[in-house]
Amino acid sequence: MLRYTVRRLGQLMLVVLALSVLLFAWLRALPGGPVSALLGDRATPESEAALRADLGLDQPIFLQYWRFVARALTGDFGTSTGVQRGTPALDVFLQRFPATLELAVLAILIAIAVGIPLGYLAARRRGRLLDNLSITWSLVGIAVPVFFLAFLLKWIFAVQLGWLPASGRQTGGIDATRVTGFYVLDGLLTQEWDAALDAFVHLLLPAIALSTIPFAVIFRITRAAVLDVLDEDYVRTARSKGLAGAVIRRRHVLRNAMLPVVTTIGLQTGALLSGAVLTERVFNIPGLGQALALGFERKDFPVLQVVILASAMTYVLVNLLVDLSYAAIDPRIRTR
Amino acid sequence: MALLEVRDLSVVFQRKGEEPFAAVDGISFDVSPGQMVGLVGESGCGKSVTSLAIMGLLPQRGVRVEGTVEFEGKDLLRLSDRELADRRGRDLGMVFQDPLSSVNPVIPIGVQVSEVLERHEGLRRREAALRSAELLDRVGIPDPSRRLKEYPHQLSGGMRQRALIAMALACKPRLLIADEPTTALDVTIQAQILSLLSELVRDTGTALIMITHDLGVVAGMCDEVNVLYGGRIVERAGRHELFAEPRHPYTAGLLASIPRLDAPRGDRLTPIRGSVADNIPWAGGCAFAPRCPNAVDACVERSPEMTRDGERLLRCHNPVGRPAPSEEVPVQ
Ligand SMILES: Nc1ncnc2c1ncn2[C@@H]1O[C@H](COP(=O)(O)OP(=O)(O)O)[C@@H](O)[C@H]1O
Ligand code: SF4
Ligand SMILES: [Mg+2]
Repeated sequence: MLRYTVRRLGQLMLVVLALSVLLFAWLRALPGGPVSALLGDRATPESEAALRADLGLDQPIFLQYWRFVARALTGDFGTSTGVQRGTPALDVFLQRFPATLELAVLAILIAIAVGIPLGYLAARRRGRLLDNLSITWSLVGIAVPVFFLAFLLKWIFAVQLGWLPASGRQTGGIDATRVTGFYVLDGLLTQEWDAALDAFVHLLLPAIALSTIPFAVIFRITRAAVLDVLDEDYVRTARSKGLAGAVIRRRHVLRNAMLPVVTTIGLQTGALLSGAVLTERVFNIPGLGQALALGFERKDFPVLQVVILASAMTYVLVNLLVDLSYAAIDPRIRTR
Repeated sequence: MALLEVRDLSVVFQRKGEEPFAAVDGISFDVSPGQMVGLVGESGCGKSVTSLAIMGLLPQRGVRVEGTVEFEGKDLLRLSDRELADRRGRDLGMVFQDPLSSVNPVIPIGVQVSEVLERHEGLRRREAALRSAELLDRVGIPDPSRRLKEYPHQLSGGMRQRALIAMALACKPRLLIADEPTTALDVTIQAQILSLLSELVRDTGTALIMITHDLGVVAGMCDEVNVLYGGRIVERAGRHELFAEPRHPYTAGLLASIPRLDAPRGDRLTPIRGSVADNIPWAGGCAFAPRCPNAVDACVERSPEMTRDGERLLRCHNPVGRPAPSEEVPVQ
């Protein structure tokens, strides 16, 4: 297991390295660039050239890349040129990361908490009302764009009904102490319950919007996996032993059915990151999604680089965790 | 009194948009306490469906089961799910064909044995584990206390089948159904598993229904043999009578197609011609007629009824050897 983990971490480094090369080249091949984004109409050939030299963009690209890597290894990812001009790109990332992570974690928790039980129940009541209703719901969840759903939720529950806040991470009047940058967690740590609750309430609508696609996928995979497992010979063996229904379901069906589901959950973190870009925009949450959107608009290479590389790393790490928990469930992998 | 009395058991599969299909078509047989009874026939003749019907393990939907299956005087087909589950694993055990897929891959072998004891004998986890180790030892699995913690993929096919036998016999059931327990195993392992099974059922006084497509398997162990064709019993006789003098052309065909050590060198085995795909419906004749070397006109005009000849039952218009006995057996 340890060797496996170490090998996977080695793979992670390779993935990030390869991605950094591609990303670096791709960003610089995009039309426009930080210089025209910064100078806009005021650009003169002289001012452009000066700014290019200032940003190091006049150097050959492999030299630029080399300098990027050398500095990155010391924790210096350059300075933001557009999102928060003058702030180190890494700080821009670190300030925004908690907002997105908080949102993504709540979204995936909702997707799991609803998707797995519902998928399980739908499989057991195959072809009946609950099954058909939840299949329809999951189809809608996949088909409706996150952006639209986010707007709809906001319009109904925030604007029309006024039950939940429409934007941001915390109500303005609340003067919460910051510890980690995760607002809900901060509130709990400092025992400022009002602040924690307020932050949580702010998260609800965006998290629900963001959870729909992962929910739909987790639901369908769970349902299909449970149906498969119910047909397995070992479930018949379990029944031939006269075991109680609850034991058969928990011990023999659910455990085996969770194997494909666990893998799916890992893959869904990718969907979460792209969904966060849209959700954060609708609910005006200062997270990574917003930084990405702004970064592309203003061609902020350092911020884009650090945000995208970190997101990719998160994705690969989450999937490593997923594989490890897969091994925890499946002895065929663990004891290989 | 018989331990198990199966009467006119029929299992009809009915899928939407398809003709109903009787996989088992009015089967009757008895099993006495401690008796070993064979159920023999080619693949697809309804052996597994019969055993699943007795155990109440058929799919819930799209199946119609008729007749009665009385176990110690109680009709299993009319028990509630709950009552049936109380009996499965305690009074009735079953060993399945494929030991690879019949054990749960993600649960230690020990738990899969212990759970039967916990369920039916109310044992605590520790006692159950001790008993499980004894059971594994009894079925010939070496180093049982270590094996308890192992997972199925760490055991060979033969070892897994031994573990499955341990599970099925853990609570000393009065009836064990073994559905082709050796078909998926190597030839050398097959013989070991068979002798283990007959030794165990003899020791515990458990009655056994041995299901197989191979007459050679029942030859060594069963007191009585039922030969199945197309969902019906076509011949029943004691082991010695059946092997000494097969009367039904299908039984004779099965016997001619098993390899024998005493056969003269160079003698080729003669398989039964055709396959079950050639069957005609029982309704207007004999299902075996298209493949039968003895077929006469009557065979495609009237369905042969079950007839009795001493202890032997026979369903044939033109049996091997002497003419058909005249005494019909209406409903036994
Ligand atoms: N669940 C099922 N649905 C429909 N037909 C089935 C089902 N199970 C078995 N059958 C059919 O019933 C017949 C007898 O099957 P089975 O009892 O498994 O044969 P075998 O004697 O080889 O064990 C076969 O034709 C098979 O296709
Ligand atoms: S009834 Fe006729 S076809 Fe059927 S087994 Fe007997 S002789 Fe052959
Ligand atoms: Mg079978």
